[in-house]
Amino acid sequence: MAKKTNLEIVDQLVAETDYDRYIIQLSKKHERAIETKDLTVTYDGLKYAMNPATIAFEKNKITSLIGGSGSGKSTFLRSLNRMNDDVATVGGQILYQGVDLNAPEIDVFEVRKRIGMVFQRPNPFAKSIYDNITFALTQRGKYSRVELDEIVETSLKNAALWDQVKDSLDKSALQLSGGQQQRLVIARALALKPDILLLDEPASALDPKSTMQIEETLVNLKNNYSIIIVTHNMQQAARISDYTAFFNMGKLIEYDLTRKIFTRPKVKLTDDYVSGNFG
Amino acid sequence: MINSKITNKVAISFIRILAGIVVLILAFLVGYILIKGLPYVSWHFLTSPSKSVSAGGGISGQLFNSIYLLVLSLLISLPIALGAAIYLNEYAPKNKFVSTLRNSIEVLSSLPSVVVGLFGFMFFVLKFGFGFSILSGAIALTFFNLPILTSSIENSLAAVPNLQREAGVALGISKWETIIHVIIPAALPSIVTGIVLASGRILGEAAALIFTAGQSSPVLNWTNLNPFSSTSPLNPMRPAETLAVHIWKINSEATIPDAVQISAASSAVLLILVFVFNLIARRLGNVIFKKMTAGGK
Ligand SMILES: Nc1ncnc2c1ncn2[C@@H]1O[C@H](COP(=O)(O)OP(=O)(O)OP(=O)(O)O)[C@@H](O)[C@H]1O
Ligand SMILES: [Mg+2]
Repeated sequence: MAKKTNLEIVDQLVAETDYDRYIIQLSKKHERAIETKDLTVTYDGLKYAMNPATIAFEKNKITSLIGGSGSGKSTFLRSLNRMNDDVATVGGQILYQGVDLNAPEIDVFEVRKRIGMVFQRPNPFAKSIYDNITFALTQRGKYSRVELDEIVETSLKNAALWDQVKDSLDKSALQLSGGQQQRLVIARALALKPDILLLDEPASALDPKSTMQIEETLVNLKNNYSIIIVTHNMQQAARISDYTAFFNMGKLIEYDLTRKIFTRPKVKLTDDYVSGNFG
Repeated sequence: MINSKITNKVAISFIRILAGIVVLILAFLVGYILIKGLPYVSWHFLTSPSKSVSAGGGISGQLFNSIYLLVLSLLISLPIALGAAIYLNEYAPKNKFVSTLRNSIEVLSSLPSVVVGLFGFMFFVLKFGFGFSILSGAIALTFFNLPILTSSIENSLAAVPNLQREAGVALGISKWETIIHVIIPAALPSIVTGIVLASGRILGEAAALIFTAGQSSPVLNWTNLNPFSSTSPLNPMRPAETLAVHIWKINSEATIPDAVQISAASSAVLLILVFVFNLIARRLGNVIFKKMTAGGK
């Protein structure tokens, strides 16, 4: 059993018996992929869509973000790689390798290369499978054909799609099935060699078999990437993630090891949500 | 109680009949023009200049003018319309001013072409002293064409799902690069359709050109490619009667004995020209689309 001393409670607001919020903090021993300090998001300048959220994500782990519809999961996730730039006002800090990504002078294009994102609906470009993967690379730098071939192969292998498409790389990506498209999109993000992969309900539009394949893919990727995934599927969160964060109405309510969230959550709201007695 | 199956059948038959009527009218129109006109179309007719009093004239000048004006006005209006549409659809803030602008453009696209022609006459022909010229005509056509083209390209861009824009941005590609390399290729087939429709209107346009490009076709020397020479077909300052204007003119002031035949033949040629342009533009659009998107493989 993991030693309790590795994890300490930081939230000052907690009541003695029944917690309002419960957020674990990673100790020095845990390497951090990314963390936020009082991250806030507002779409209209008035009301917080995300109330101050302080949370640290461990490196090479999978963290699930769960919570009801409209609880702010996507809002939070999209802030991490500055996808909310033109849409919302984001306050607070996002710390990544000692740098505040939320600072105005940060190069957002670089941020998005380091922190890849996969969306709910597969969104491959109307280009060939090959070009889908190489497009962003060739826009930025010079690569030889050999290098590109190599990147295409490794990315597709990492996304567990290589065997199915290796003979049809010049076919349009739109001809792939939904599950294949989603894995292509993951491969496309991996081709940029990011550290962190953000996924917003990547399997919710897929059938159970494709969902399983995506899950397997993610678990295999864990060795080299830190993954944060929004999901509505409790079983999925329980199956694949090491940590789980629960959001409710724009607030980060509870953050803990996944097994604790699903067996003995400390906040009643979380308990209600994971056990299904919720709205 | 009415059986819904029967209602459905009646509705479908009714719609079929309506569609059939449209097809019939179109087929009748096209057939009539071609049957009436084609017998008089010959190589000689296409390649010899028109005559003003005697019979046996051709339409070489008018044919060339129609194509030349089309190309010129597209060259001017396409880049502007594309830029405006990209701005409106991709960058413009969602405020009152922009939506007013968008509405004005839509209103402008239904502006009667004779009004555009008169405006061009007063401004470019008289005030700026361009005279009856290809230049005046091309500018008038641009005015006439710009709002239609802008609206149609904007609609084409708007039809590309936002998911594609997000995909680009999430890969660390700038918005501009995403627009150029992802959005426009995806919108290309629909943009081409817009251009084809606009071109059809330009080729058939007479009212806007009568007062701007003029109703005369000077004798042209086809080997003279110096655009500053007055007998060069490329000279933008010469008057240039187009096919559509020619048809209008010989029907309204027939000074030639074979006006009926020439008018019929010119109409057939104009129709075929529109078809041919349509085909070429779509082919070209398809080739580019396939190249950029790996479509069809
Ligand atoms: N672009 C936007 N403009 C304005 N408000 C927004 C925007 N996106 C989200 N919101 C609001 O922010 C709140 C949180 O939305 P968000 O999409 O983050 O929820 P979510 O937890 O991802 O929900 P779901 O599970 O349905 O995806 C909602 O009240 C929503 O209406
Ligand atoms: Mg969401």
